[in-house]
Amino acid sequence: MRNKFTTLCSTVVPLPIENIDTDQIIPARFLKATTREGFGENLFRDWRFDKEGNPKADFVMNSPIYRGQILVAGKNFGCGSSREHAAWAIEGAGFHAVVSSFFADIFRNNALNNGLLPVTISDEMLAAIFKAVEADPSAELKIDLQAQTIELVGSDFKESFEIAPYKKECLANGYDDVDFLVSIRSEIEAFEQKK
Amino acid sequence: MNTLFDKIWDAHTVRVIDGGSCVLYIDRQYIHEVTSPQAFAGLRRRGIEVFRPQQVTASPDHNIPTTNQHLPIAEPQSAEQVATLVKNCAENGITIFPIGEEHNGIIHVIGPQTGLTQPGMTIVCGDSHTSTHGALGCVAFGIGTSEVEMALASQCILQSKPKSMRINVEGELKEGVCSKDIILYIISKLGTGGGTGHFVEFAGSAIRSLSMEARMTICNMSIEMGARGGMIAPDQTTFDYLKGREFAPQGDEWDAAVERWSKLCSDEDAVFDKEVTFDAADIEPMITYGTNPGMGIAVSAEIPSSKDMDEASKASYSKALAYMGFAEGEKMEGKAIDYVFVGSCTNGRIEDLRAFAHFVKGKRKAEGVTAWIVPGSKEVERLAIEEGLRDILHEAGFELRQPGCSACLAMNDDKIPAGKYCVATSNRNFEGRQGPDSRTLLAGPLVAAAAAVTGVITDPRKLK
Repeated sequence: MRNKFTTLCSTVVPLPIENIDTDQIIPARFLKATTREGFGENLFRDWRFDKEGNPKADFVMNSPIYRGQILVAGKNFGCGSSREHAAWAIEGAGFHAVVSSFFADIFRNNALNNGLLPVTISDEMLAAIFKAVEADPSAELKIDLQAQTIELVGSDFKESFEIAPYKKECLANGYDDVDFLVSIRSEIEAFEQKK
Repeated sequence: MNTLFDKIWDAHTVRVIDGGSCVLYIDRQYIHEVTSPQAFAGLRRRGIEVFRPQQVTASPDHNIPTTNQHLPIAEPQSAEQVATLVKNCAENGITIFPIGEEHNGIIHVIGPQTGLTQPGMTIVCGDSHTSTHGALGCVAFGIGTSEVEMALASQCILQSKPKSMRINVEGELKEGVCSKDIILYIISKLGTGGGTGHFVEFAGSAIRSLSMEARMTICNMSIEMGARGGMIAPDQTTFDYLKGREFAPQGDEWDAAVERWSKLCSDEDAVFDKEVTFDAADIEPMITYGTNPGMGIAVSAEIPSSKDMDEASKASYSKALAYMGFAEGEKMEGKAIDYVFVGSCTNGRIEDLRAFAHFVKGKRKAEGVTAWIVPGSKEVERLAIEEGLRDILHEAGFELRQPGCSACLAMNDDKIPAGKYCVATSNRNFEGRQGPDSRTLLAGPLVAAAAAVTGVITDPRKLK
């Protein structure tokens, strides 16, 4: 059973870069663990730390100003490799939602399978969020999973977002696909017979 | 009026649940050492066994060394991951092709090569380049580790059905243009998100004219335009390739299979959610200049200007060029390079090694260039030796290494040093992909060969 997702109201960490690929989110050399834990330390490793492992002052996650449970990134977030470690790293670093105007398919699935909510918004709203948090880092986003809405608190920007009903139910209740699939093994066996 | 994709997907749908999530039956699952350990751990935690172990095949490939494979893996974490895969397979009755043995290799090279991959199948693997298998007329795509666990637990995954897309390449290819150039050209036109949400069928006379291995290169990189997968309808080329392969149907079963596979095509009146057509004659030998596979141009072209881009795109574009140490308007031809990597699931098959070897035959590797020629499998290595390609490479100053994913993602020791330029026949030029601060220029085996013998980016057609 995972944590249940209901509503989330938080300040954000902005990353206004397009096409952020999973090699940036978690470089391949950190994929050698055999457990799911500990990937958060290496989230955006090569943007966040220099070769000696010292934090790079100009990277947003090292800024004392930006903190929050929502990562906001440029369009086509999570393109590239299928590594689920990318979702584990983001979640491991304390984020519960990622907001962008466009997500790569595999990343979106991986996020949903780990209770990390990917929220797709318009390019206009994305630009407005980046602008708002640049002006005031305490600006907040409010995400309501049940209502499928996201709003930039204190502004006119409020949009609804898409999520498959089944996935919504899983997130809201902390359900897991494996349990469901194992529960229908007899139906799968019957399918194999007639195939 | 169904597409080929619809036909295969629908025939494998066990059940559609609320809102369109499909319980999709998987014929064949491939696994490797990096994205499977947490899935097996999940099964153990739940106390359930692998549902259909005979439909799962494993090959360690991602972090294995490409020299001295007879020795234990020196790096402890990689050794641990490979040992974990071996143990998980043994405990669950899953066939594994161990390092150094005749079937071992990059999982996407050995699936087709052994005949395990067959037309009409659904195939998944915890690796985005699973789309490679689509070249044989399969619905094959990459999945995350939670989905690897689903497939191990039930031989099914839960998945929304992607939209359909057809990309036609019509006409005759110019001399010196290979399938890697076709796919880099398509991605440069459609962008890295151009196929997102879609499953792509590649069609048209130029695609039909390609060999089986060349088709694999195209489908392999479907994911680089965001597509869920890519496929090509099976035809005589497909059947000729598969016939006689170890795990392909034999005898009467073969004839029955070919009859069944011959029907696998999109109906004449099939409607795709998206369709685009390219003229093969417009395609030149290609190379990338930036940090995603969509940033590709003809080798002879200049790096595009950002003046017509919006502000958000402009910032990302400048960041990419700064990383590469390039500027807008510069010519790619003549730029010095440091490394050449030939290999990977994109271009590590025997035809790629033949193309490279024939090009460098009688020439010499340029001074100062380090070249890694890495076969995609033990079988490719064996053929390269038997056909005399290794000797040709040696005479020209190149060394043939042992099979693995190698410098494509640099999980083993094959890392490009910081700041160095590498012309790579692999699939991704992301920042740091080939090692921290490495700079990757994606290209086909001929462009790689031309760079290897001159030390600078060169149009291979100018070096006859």
